[in-house]
Amino acid sequence: MASVSLKQVRKSFGHTEVVHGVDVSIDDGEFVVLVGPSGCGKSTLLRMIAGLEEITDGEIYIGDRLVNAIAPKQRDIAMVFQNYALYPHMTVFDNMAFSMKLAGRSKREQRERVDEAARILGLEEYLERFPRQLSGGQRQRVAMGRAIVRKPQVFLFDEPLSNLDAKLRVQMRTEIRELHQRLKTTSVYVTHDQIEAMTMADKIVVMNGGHVEQIGSPLDLYDYPANLFVAGFIGSPAMNFLHGSLVTTTSGRAVRLAPDCTLAAGPTEEPDGRKVVLGVRPEHLVINGPAAAGVEAEVIVTEPTGADTQVFCRMAGREVAAISRERHLFAPTTRIRLDVMEGKACLFDPETGQRL
Amino acid sequence: MRSQTLNRWLDNRNVLGLLFMLPAAAILLVFLTYPLGLGVWLGFTDAKVGRGGGWIGLENYQWLWEDSVFRLSIFNTFLYTVVASVIKFVLGLWLALLLNRHLPFKSFLRAIVLLPFIVPTVLSAIAFWWIYDAQFSVLSWTLVKMGLIDEYINFLGEPNLARASTIAANVWRGVPFVAICLLAGLQTISPALYEAAAIDGATPWQQFRNITLPMLSPIIAVVMTFSVLFTFTDFQLIWVLTRGGPINATHLMATLSFQRAIPGGALGEGAAIATAMIPFLLAAILFSYFGLQRRKWQQGGADK
Amino acid sequence: MAEKEQREGMHYLESLPRRWVTVYIPLLLFLFVLLFPFYWMGLTAFKPDAELLSSGGNPFWVMEPTLEHFRKLFIDTSYPEWMWNTVIISVVSTFVSLAASVFAAYAIERLRFKGSRQLGLAIFLAYLVPPSILFIPLATMVFQLGMFDSRWALILTYPTFLIPFCTWLLMGYFRSIPFELEECALIDGATRWQILTRIVLPLAVPGLISAGIFAFTLSWNEFIYALTFISASENKTVPVGVITELVEGDVYHWGSLMAGALVGSLPVAVMYSFFVEYYVAGMTGAVKE
Repeated sequence: MASVSLKQVRKSFGHTEVVHGVDVSIDDGEFVVLVGPSGCGKSTLLRMIAGLEEITDGEIYIGDRLVNAIAPKQRDIAMVFQNYALYPHMTVFDNMAFSMKLAGRSKREQRERVDEAARILGLEEYLERFPRQLSGGQRQRVAMGRAIVRKPQVFLFDEPLSNLDAKLRVQMRTEIRELHQRLKTTSVYVTHDQIEAMTMADKIVVMNGGHVEQIGSPLDLYDYPANLFVAGFIGSPAMNFLHGSLVTTTSGRAVRLAPDCTLAAGPTEEPDGRKVVLGVRPEHLVINGPAAAGVEAEVIVTEPTGADTQVFCRMAGREVAAISRERHLFAPTTRIRLDVMEGKACLFDPETGQRL
Repeated sequence: MRSQTLNRWLDNRNVLGLLFMLPAAAILLVFLTYPLGLGVWLGFTDAKVGRGGGWIGLENYQWLWEDSVFRLSIFNTFLYTVVASVIKFVLGLWLALLLNRHLPFKSFLRAIVLLPFIVPTVLSAIAFWWIYDAQFSVLSWTLVKMGLIDEYINFLGEPNLARASTIAANVWRGVPFVAICLLAGLQTISPALYEAAAIDGATPWQQFRNITLPMLSPIIAVVMTFSVLFTFTDFQLIWVLTRGGPINATHLMATLSFQRAIPGGALGEGAAIATAMIPFLLAAILFSYFGLQRRKWQQGGADK
Repeated sequence: MAEKEQREGMHYLESLPRRWVTVYIPLLLFLFVLLFPFYWMGLTAFKPDAELLSSGGNPFWVMEPTLEHFRKLFIDTSYPEWMWNTVIISVVSTFVSLAASVFAAYAIERLRFKGSRQLGLAIFLAYLVPPSILFIPLATMVFQLGMFDSRWALILTYPTFLIPFCTWLLMGYFRSIPFELEECALIDGATRWQILTRIVLPLAVPGLISAGIFAFTLSWNEFIYALTFISASENKTVPVGVITELVEGDVYHWGSLMAGALVGSLPVAVMYSFFVEYYVAGMTGAVKE
């Protein structure tokens, strides 16, 4: 097992730079998720760690070893691909033993290691089958088994769950997590799905447009997003953003969204009159009856999910979402009032997008 | 240490690519590219069989230009190519549409249909030769028995009849190729499109006109390019059936080139005739190439 | 994985008589025309000369089938030698072309070295060069190389149309193998050579079969080179031998000609019947893109 560190890593294809100087350090045994919208450079970064793409500039270390010029097979890594990349003409056993065969390991060692991995993943019965005879979840397990048998320093996962249906995805998410707790191998996991990132990661690296936007633990990112991008990317439904300017009211600092429409902003050092973006997560908006405190809003649509109710409404000319544990059943155009829970508002600079 | 450097060297794409290309490139350069140039050069010489020729410039071409047989062969080649290709396209598309229907024994039918294309052309041409025989033709026999004609038809003996007969034989061989290729294209069209069209109220003809043809056009362009190329350069069928006769009425450029060069011994002149085919071939390739480009653009470049 | 639902489509709307007129009758006509020459070939091959040349009776059937034409073919002519020549030439040139094409196609499609795109295009153009414009210069080359009237003349020239065809076809097959498989093998520690032999080739087996049998058929059917480069009777291939040796002046031995055509078509027809799907895949694969 080993740490991984990326120092000012850049990648250009021809004249276009797609990764602009990324610094990430991953501790030994850590499970790190690279997350971001498609085209943000996360997969390219992973492929550079794997050695499948040349590093244009910067340095990548696995353990203490600089791996820039080292071939994939010598980096002591294993990778799980989005489409699993199982060799279709080999049985599950041969798929898992292929790397050991190439390395000239003894038949006995191959058997032992594959059996061990199969036991961990519950694949004992399927070793003689071919990939085409397996279900999606089983294929996924074989792909992981192939990675496990090599006992590598680092596991790399490239969107491994995106080909599975929703139910299996949740199940495999847990399995991968359990596996990591058991093996404690350093893992780098790429996904575009922020829920996967939130649920699986020790540490999340949010990427956008070839830059790292923020690095931190899942809840840190959720509670203290560094900028508008992270705030909007993490969490579903997304955080509400409301433009306005700071004022001081009798009950403390607030943001004025419209002439007589203000929402509490919590304590801040910024001066009155400063233009800001107020960010509020849907579950931090309190839904009140028409006579109570807060800002008036008009219901557009109510979506009960069973566990909670999402209410989409129009407030001060903007659409906002609120989530409530109560089972509201508002008819469209019902007038309600929304208020921000105390201390739950975030303020951002509208120009730079940075959190204030 | 040395094996390691060798390995790294072999893992380099450029080096390995060059190495892998070597056998194919060597064979093609020596036996395809070089002869292609040599053929053009021979066209400017008076080479004969067994004797290298000297440079005579455009003399062969001047001589050919005034040669009525050569001009006739150009006319024949075009007639043969255009008529046969059009018929092959129409019948091939029709057959493809029929085979694309909900049919019992579908794959068996498809296998049988392709048979004429698989069997050596020369050998099936012999069967046609026998079918077209002046005295024993089974076609004539049937027509006489049906009371449609009084005497046996001399299929290969009269210029226009011979042209029609050779075209018919060529169509017989070519239709399966066109049909099976177009069938493959038809099978890639999503049934959902037809279902959507049927719900939108399109008649079968409108479905054909507005869905089938546009979706099929890229593959039609390629298939017909191949078909035109094969027909234009056809040699075997004519050589077996008529050897260019009667009175050169069925001589194509390829058969004339062979006759002048090999039995006739005039290699230079034969090469000149063969070279004269190249501009027409290039025109056909370019035509379909640009036809394809437009199609890709029409469909948002998504057709594969 | 969601199971695909069964569908029958809208063909319930068509009445049976209508289907007969629009589908079955035209299809039967097509089949009749396409198959009749084969029937005729087979029938004639078994007909005694007396029946062939009599104008009475029903020409569509044979009264007293005979093997006389086959006997004549195999005893009185060099037909067995032509067969043997054709087999040797087809098999050798097919294997040579296939081997060269596998490497070329893999290099162009997967190694993506400098200039590979242009080479791919060049291969396609080479595929479009017809033998009828190459046979004259090739004849002079064959003569100068001292290969005239030998099998080598054909074994070395057939690859000129086989290699472009096979390479083009295999490029399509290689393209369909996911890149990730090769990348995964790279991480698993395989060299380029191991990737080719242990991953790519086993997966391209259907493509290799397609290319192989198609190349074999093309060589078996080749005519113009064999006609030009071979002159001695015992060196001829079947198509050339049948057409040049079985016709004596104006006397056509129709029975033997048809027997020769029938037997000469048999190997490819038999192979075809075993590998229909590969044939169709090969043919349509070569036309796509």
